[in-house]
This record gives sequence, structure tokens and C-alpha cells, in this order.
Amino acid sequence: MIGFLVRRIAQAVVVVLLVTVITFILLRAIPGNVAVAILGPSGFRNPALLAAFNREYGFDQPWFDQYLMWLGHLLHGNLGFSWTLDQSVSSELGQHLPKTIVLVGLSIILALVVAVPVGLWQAAQRNRLVDYAFTGFSFLFYAAPSFFVGTVLILVFSVKLHIFGPEGPQGGLVSDLTDWRDMTLPVVTLALITMALFSRYMRSAVLDNISQDYVRTARAKGASQRRVLWRHVLRNSLIPIATLLGLALPAILGGALITESVFNYPGMGYMFFKAAQQQDYPTLLGFIIVVAIAVVVGSLLADIAYAILDPRVRYIRS
Amino acid sequence: MTSPPTEEGPLISGLGGVVSEVAVPAAATTLPAGKTRGMFVRGLEVFLENKLAIAGGAVLAAIFLFCFLGPVFYHTDQVHVNLAVENQHPGAGHPLGTDNNGYDVLGRLMVGGQVSLEVGVAAAVLATGLGTVWGAVAGYFGGLVDAVMMRVVDALLAIPVLFLALVVVSMFPPTQTELILVIALTSWLSTSRLIRGEALSLRVREYVQAMRVMGGGGARAVFRHIAPNAVGTIVVNATFQVADAILLVVALSYLGLGIRPPQTDWGGMLNSGINSVYDGYWWQIFPAGIAIILVVIAINFIGDALRDAFEVRLQRR
Repeated sequence: MIGFLVRRIAQAVVVVLLVTVITFILLRAIPGNVAVAILGPSGFRNPALLAAFNREYGFDQPWFDQYLMWLGHLLHGNLGFSWTLDQSVSSELGQHLPKTIVLVGLSIILALVVAVPVGLWQAAQRNRLVDYAFTGFSFLFYAAPSFFVGTVLILVFSVKLHIFGPEGPQGGLVSDLTDWRDMTLPVVTLALITMALFSRYMRSAVLDNISQDYVRTARAKGASQRRVLWRHVLRNSLIPIATLLGLALPAILGGALITESVFNYPGMGYMFFKAAQQQDYPTLLGFIIVVAIAVVVGSLLADIAYAILDPRVRYIRS
Repeated sequence: MTSPPTEEGPLISGLGGVVSEVAVPAAATTLPAGKTRGMFVRGLEVFLENKLAIAGGAVLAAIFLFCFLGPVFYHTDQVHVNLAVENQHPGAGHPLGTDNNGYDVLGRLMVGGQVSLEVGVAAAVLATGLGTVWGAVAGYFGGLVDAVMMRVVDALLAIPVLFLALVVVSMFPPTQTELILVIALTSWLSTSRLIRGEALSLRVREYVQAMRVMGGGGARAVFRHIAPNAVGTIVVNATFQVADAILLVVALSYLGLGIRPPQTDWGGMLNSGINSVYDGYWWQIFPAGIAIILVVIAINFIGDALRDAFEVRLQRR
């Protein structure tokens, strides 16, 4: 187990380092020249000024030294400075990241609360009407672009029925949790997409388990269908869902980006989208590093959770 | 290509097998009599048993015809803005109404569909090709090569596709061709992982060993033996790649960073319709939205059936 943990963490560190290399390559691929932007065209043509500028910011160093310098900044928590917003990228993150965490967290909880029982039910009713109906639903929400789902929800629940607000809560974190009128639609939109994925996996995980020997033993003991499903099958079927949570994190964050822009919800995804429109590269690259680290840590935790939950895995890996 | 003689089962007898077995219960298909039939026919048979796949294929064919042949019969001006006819309800001259620039929505659905489908298919083909070569090379050579190549894949996978694609298109506003490249270059990763897994199991097979003994090199192993034998995984994966690529280009266009006007795709139509839809102009988003859903579902049905077809083909070998 320890060996597995050490190897897995070392791998995660290597991957994060590679992400910084990719980001640095993107950073250097940005069109335009920083010196022109800051010194202006006339200053740029003055060799002495240009040389002084390059020396001050390290542009006269070889690219490898520049990378190390940039990496050093990153390790000190300096993710860059957004000239567009006149704000450091880390303070921007401090404002908007918590809102995204609340949105993603709430919608994952909602998706699980719905998808787990639905998947279980579908598997129990395999190839009957209920199963086909929910399979149809999950295909529909898998195929529908999230912004289309969001727009339709706004049209129905906000424009027609006036139950919920058309825009996410604009205030701080407290407003996210108290303003259910505005918060419901963004959470539901994001949850519907993940729900489709989770219920499919849950269904097949339950089907895998239901043919196992331990289920037959439980049935032979005289356990009722309800007890077999909820006490025996449910627990074992949740194990693959733990892994799926880690694997689905990039997709969920992508969905959050779209959902946030549909509902003007000022989270990280919305800021990222704004930054892409305004070509605010420091913000884009700073956010990318943070998102990538979140994904790597997420899949690391999922792997560890899997190894803890399912003792058989440890023997296979070691 | 090494192909066992049973694979070459004559097509005629294969078809005969299908016809003769129509009246026989399904279990009979597993009898040794099936041995003489070609693998392709057997796969096709399983594929055609799947009603959803046939429906999916029909829907997809209909949409392709609608987008590529439709404009031949239904002429509209999709270049010049005409504000005199903006936001018109569906009616006589415009079966699906007009959008906020006065473009006919039905005509735009065809033109936009061409871009969505072209970008989706081309990007999926490129991504599958790149992913296959990358994964096959990593899996076949193993060791350090494999470790380095797969860590690169891990690192790129850590950045969500939409984020990476947004950064690239914001740096270099893309034309249609460049959009294909961007999507292909950001979505080959999952393919490469799958193919690497296949390559790991294929490289220890006897026929690859035999080829090595006869002095065959790495390139020959990858392109002549590993890749062709992973063709089931490759084809199935390519199908799903098309659906994902269409959804990605739609997302980019919706965010305003995809295809530039006056060209458009289904995502671009949703983007321009979304502001006026709250005024009750439902026809500006629903046709494109429904088209996207139909195409993606149809492709998924086909992909599922292909997977079954290839699996059965392998089982009955």
C-alpha cells in the first residue's frame, strides 16, 4: 500500500511539472511582444531601453532559466498579473474559485443523490419500461449541450413560470447558499449533465454485482430484494462511482465553465471565459495551472479511495 | 497482414448463412455452421440486429442529406445581413422564421450543419489517427518511451479540453481548418490511452513475436500488426470522437470563439439566438439545439452497436 501511494504521488508530481511545461510553452506562444506592449513602439526601438527592460524582467536569459524563474514564482503562489483587470491572478482566484467550488460541489451532491437510486432501480428493473425511460433521459442529457439545457430551463422556469431567477447569485458565498431562487437553475443544469453519466455507470456497476456469488448467498439466506439491493449491492456498486468522480472532474469543470457563462455566475469558469474573450493571457494560464492541479489531485484521491475501498485492488497493483 | 484462412470465408456462403438462419432461433447462430461465414458479415449481422443502430444510421443519413443536399433545392442568402426581415415568425417565406440578422433559419441550419459535421468528422479522424499512432508506439516499445509518452498524455488530460481549446482559439482566432486542428490536437488523448492498452496486449502475441524473429522493425510492428489488429477499438472510439468533437465545436462557437461570422455552425446559431430567445423567438435556438441532440444520440447508438459487432466478431473467432 505504501509503495503504491509513493509511486502514485510521484507520478502526480511529474504530471503537474509537465503541466507547467505545457503552460510555459503556451505562454511563449502568445502573439505579440511584451516589450512593445509596455515600452511602446518608440521605446522598443531604443536599444538601450530595450536591453534594460529585457535584463530587468529576465528576457535576456536562456528559455530554460526563464522557465525555472517562472516556476519559482509559481511555487511562491505568484500566478501572474492580469493587466486587463489590474489585479493579480491569485487574488482573482481567491474571489472566484470558492464560488465555483460551491456550484460544483452542490451539483455533484445533487447528481449523486438522484443518480445512485435511479441506477439501482434501473438495474433492478432491467429491460423494463422504467429502465428504457431513464436510459432515454440520460442519453438526451448526455447529448444536449449544457448551454442548451440551461437556456431551456431558464425559458421554462424563469420566463414562463417565474419560479426561479434567470441569473445566478451575484453576491458572495453566503448568497450562494441562501439565495435558492437564483442558485437552483445553475446547480440543476450542471447536475443534469453529470447525472446522465453517473446513472449509466451506477446501472452497469449494479448489474455487475447482481450476478455475483455473494448476492446469491444473501438471497439463499432469505434476504428480501430490498435488503439485497440496499444492504449488499449498493455498497459494492458505489466503489466504481468513487473512481468515476475523479475521472469526470475535467468534464464537470468544463460543464461548470459553460453553466457559469449561461447564468452569469461569477465563478472561475465565467472569469476564464471572459479572459478568453479579452485575450487576458496571464489569467488564462494561471487558471489553467490551478484547474490542472485540481484535476491531478482529484484523480489521485480517487485512486487512493479506490484502493482503500476495494482491498482486492492493492494485491493487483503490488 | 497475417489473416487466418477462416477470415476469408466467401461472401456468398456468408450471405446464404444469413438467409438460411432467419427462421432458426438466435441460439443457432453460435453453432459451428457459422464458422464458414466471413467476419465482416458476422459483424454486420450483429450490427443490423440492433434496431437503435439502424434508427441512428437513418437519422444521421437524413441529416447529412439535409445539410449537404438541402441547399441545392432550398436557396437562401446566408451572407448578406437584411434587417428588414429580422426576427420573423415561422411562416410562408421562411418555414423556420428568420434570425436577428434576417438570415433564414432553415437555410442557416443546413449551412451551419455542414460546418458542424465537417469539423466534427475531420477532427475525429485526425484525433483518432494521432491517438492511435501515439498509443501504439508507446504500448509497443514500452519502458522509458512508454513512461514519457504517457506522462505527456496525463499532463494534457489534466487540463480540461474546453479550457485548453479556449486558450488556443483566443490566441489564434481560427478558420474552419484551424478549428479542426485545434479540436484534433486537444482530443486525441483518450484514444491514445485505449490503443496503448491494446498494444500492450498485442505486442506479446505470437504473430508479433514471429515478425520480430524474421527481422521486422518497430515501424512495421506498429503500422502493419498492432494498429490493424486494434481496428475494433479504433473504429468504435472514432465514432464517439465525432460526437464529442461536434459538442466541442458547438461549445466554442456558443462562447463566441469558434467559427467567425458570416459563416456559422449550430453552436454559433445558438449563440446568436440566445439573446433574443427570451423575447419569445423560440425558433432561433430550438432547431439547432434539436439537430445537435439528434446527431449526437444517433452517433452514440451507432457506436454502441459497432462495439457489439466487433466484440461478437472477436468472441466467435
